Amino acid sequence: MSDSNIEERVKKIVVEHLGVEEEKVANDASFIDDLGADSLDTVELVMAFEEEFGVEIPDDAAETILTVGDAVRFLGKSTA
Amino acid sequence: MSAAIPIMQGKRGLVMGVANNRSIAWGIAKAAADAGAEVALTYQGDALKKRVEPLAAQLGGLVAGHCDVTDPASMDAVFAAIKENWGGIDFLVHAIAFSDKDELTGRYLDTSEENFARTMQISCYSLTALTQRAEPLMDGGGSILTLTYYGAERVMPHYNVMGVAKAALEASVRYLSADLGPSGIRVNAISAGPIKTLAASGIGDFRYILKWNEYNAPLRRTVSIDEVGQSALYLLSDMGRAVTGEVHHVDAGYHVVGMKAVDAPDISVVKDE
Repeated sequence: MSDSNIEERVKKIVVEHLGVEEEKVANDASFIDDLGADSLDTVELVMAFEEEFGVEIPDDAAETILTVGDAVRFLGKSTA
Repeated sequence: MSAAIPIMQGKRGLVMGVANNRSIAWGIAKAAADAGAEVALTYQGDALKKRVEPLAAQLGGLVAGHCDVTDPASMDAVFAAIKENWGGIDFLVHAIAFSDKDELTGRYLDTSEENFARTMQISCYSLTALTQRAEPLMDGGGSILTLTYYGAERVMPHYNVMGVAKAALEASVRYLSADLGPSGIRVNAISAGPIKTLAASGIGDFRYILKWNEYNAPLRRTVSIDEVGQSALYLLSDMGRAVTGEVHHVDAGYHVVGMKAVDAPDISVVKDE
């Protein structure tokens, strides 16, 4: 799977879940600080990523996924 | 979902414990509404309020307000709101549990007194506390339903103190059903197979548990919130009018299994297969 494809799918999930505008969803955007997510949103986003990409994101890994780019990098590695 | 038969027409009920659209309580609320019921939801705190309000709107339902089962005044307020809006209810769904995530892994033996008491209060006593308040609103009888898990009956890895609380919850169902039977109020539980919900995200190795169930349950699959919702209709509606004190398994049959299925692959919790 190409990285740009992963990035596109990650951003689509973030836009839908957090109800934010697409242009705000930059790679360095922090879910909590920049996109207004609360702690439940971050859990729900991880669940949505797991479902979309068919992978498991363990708790300790989930804690390191703080930005859009973190998610793209993690999913790029685990779906490679 | 299949086109619903309106077996809940004319019934009103309160569903407590919806967190988001993956919640089992949401599966039940949706199934009840699809079958003709009017449904009210509660939420716990502002974080869940913004999730529950749009879901209630989707059902054309009522939001009965904030309810924290450790705060008696908030429980009173919810039932006062229900009384004011509807006068009474026909059913109550209790889908509420809590334990410290750090104690839902490792040994049960290491449970702290504080978390044991808190887990019991929120996951077990709350059914009794809410039933006390629901009873006066169920004049013509009613149906109360709670959610439990097989970890109450048998040891499940990581379920720990929650298994102990669910065992006490199932015993509560039996005692409450005896107390309320003469008033025509039924009390039952659904023991649902594991489902990936927000609450389940606190349980260790959950994906492994799901896989194990899928490989070993008689139906060779896991269950969905819609399926739990449809089974709940039987207990909530008049179809289940002679059933009380029951723990009904909606788990693809997993509760009858004694050992790994011969054709089930060996799976490891250490590394994702």
